[in-house]
Amino acid sequence: MTLEELCRQIPLEVRTAARKLGAEVTGGYASDLLSCVMAKAQEGNVWVTLQSHPNIVAVASLLNLAGIIITEGIVPGAATVEKAEQEGIPILMTELATFTVVGRLFECGVPGVD
Amino acid sequence: MPGITRAQELVYELKIEDVMTREVITVPPQISMTELREILREHRISGVPVLENGVLVGIISIEDLIKALAAGEMGATVEKKMTRDPVFLYADEPVVMAVNRFRRPGFGRFPVVDNGKNLIGILTRGDIIEGLLKKLEVEYHEEEIRHYRASHIFEDIVSDCTSLILRYNIVARDLEHAGEASSNIKLVLTRLEIPRQHVRRVAIATYEAEMNIVLHADEGGEIVAEVQPRQIVIRVTDTGPGIADIEQAMQPGFSTASRWMRELGFGAGMGLSNIQSCVDEMRLESPPGTGTFLEAVIYLNREGEK
Repeated sequence: MTLEELCRQIPLEVRTAARKLGAEVTGGYASDLLSCVMAKAQEGNVWVTLQSHPNIVAVASLLNLAGIIITEGIVPGAATVEKAEQEGIPILMTELATFTVVGRLFECGVPGVD
Repeated sequence: MPGITRAQELVYELKIEDVMTREVITVPPQISMTELREILREHRISGVPVLENGVLVGIISIEDLIKALAAGEMGATVEKKMTRDPVFLYADEPVVMAVNRFRRPGFGRFPVVDNGKNLIGILTRGDIIEGLLKKLEVEYHEEEIRHYRASHIFEDIVSDCTSLILRYNIVARDLEHAGEASSNIKLVLTRLEIPRQHVRRVAIATYEAEMNIVLHADEGGEIVAEVQPRQIVIRVTDTGPGIADIEQAMQPGFSTASRWMRELGFGAGMGLSNIQSCVDEMRLESPPGTGTFLEAVIYLNREGEK
């Protein structure tokens, strides 16, 4: 399933890098602790988090993640948005809580990494 | 990247002004269709915007001309035969806007205006194709040259052991730029055609080390990545508070991070154990009062796995 399809199904609002939504999502990982993401998330995964500061873009970019879903209606600041556009990392937003988003990702057939 | 081509990306990146034709031939509304025919023939074009006192009022094409010819109305003015209030595009819109507009039948060209609605160009499908091809060609050449230069360094330089040393200064507490050193190391290694799995391991190790300096070393520090033909050596030094109990610091979950760091998702206590789990050799020293020194080695074996 691609990010574009997930945006419709869950649904998610696209905040950055709309041009990169065609990528196939290889799996998902959810955590607000950056080092856990560094240790576990795999290339092409979508990452579900509450964090919204610029460093999440660095993490996603270093791991070649497909995109970041920011939950609970949190809106990333200008620095995060600018960096994400630069690095071509899609940031997707939703009012839903992390638990719900992960549940819907599973229903869409996006597997966990373990 | 699966599912999406560079050309598809470019239609979002390129702006209409990057690909449009800037020298626009226009006609005033008062000329006759016969005069229009001469203008189209002379310039070998199939349509023109109609301007009255510099303001875009219509667009007229060869199709309108054929209709007028069939109706025996070549003496009529352009004003009578043109399409009024034509659909136009803004110069600073992405090319994808134009691509979507061209999907609808009946449109051969769009006038392009600036934010003051002054006509500054015209766009056809041909302009888009030509613009994309030019950009792709330029990018292809640039990346080819970068790749060639980078991946041939070790062949072109003759020595008993050639290595490439990348040095990065890390500024303390600068969360805005935190992660840039590891991003740059990753970029260099990719250009050097180091296999992806190795690049991933180096990226994780340098990111964790970089964040340790940013968060804990008040004076900042330095990351040096030395790329050798068979291994990559990472050396990280800082003059921060040092580590009181290294064994304890290595335990997953142990952290000295302050509350604000944890709220931002740092300080999971996983940094050092992450580094250890993705490198082949690791040495950590922190004599009291002198800061911290970390050396990690990643072997460039074929499999890429540790």
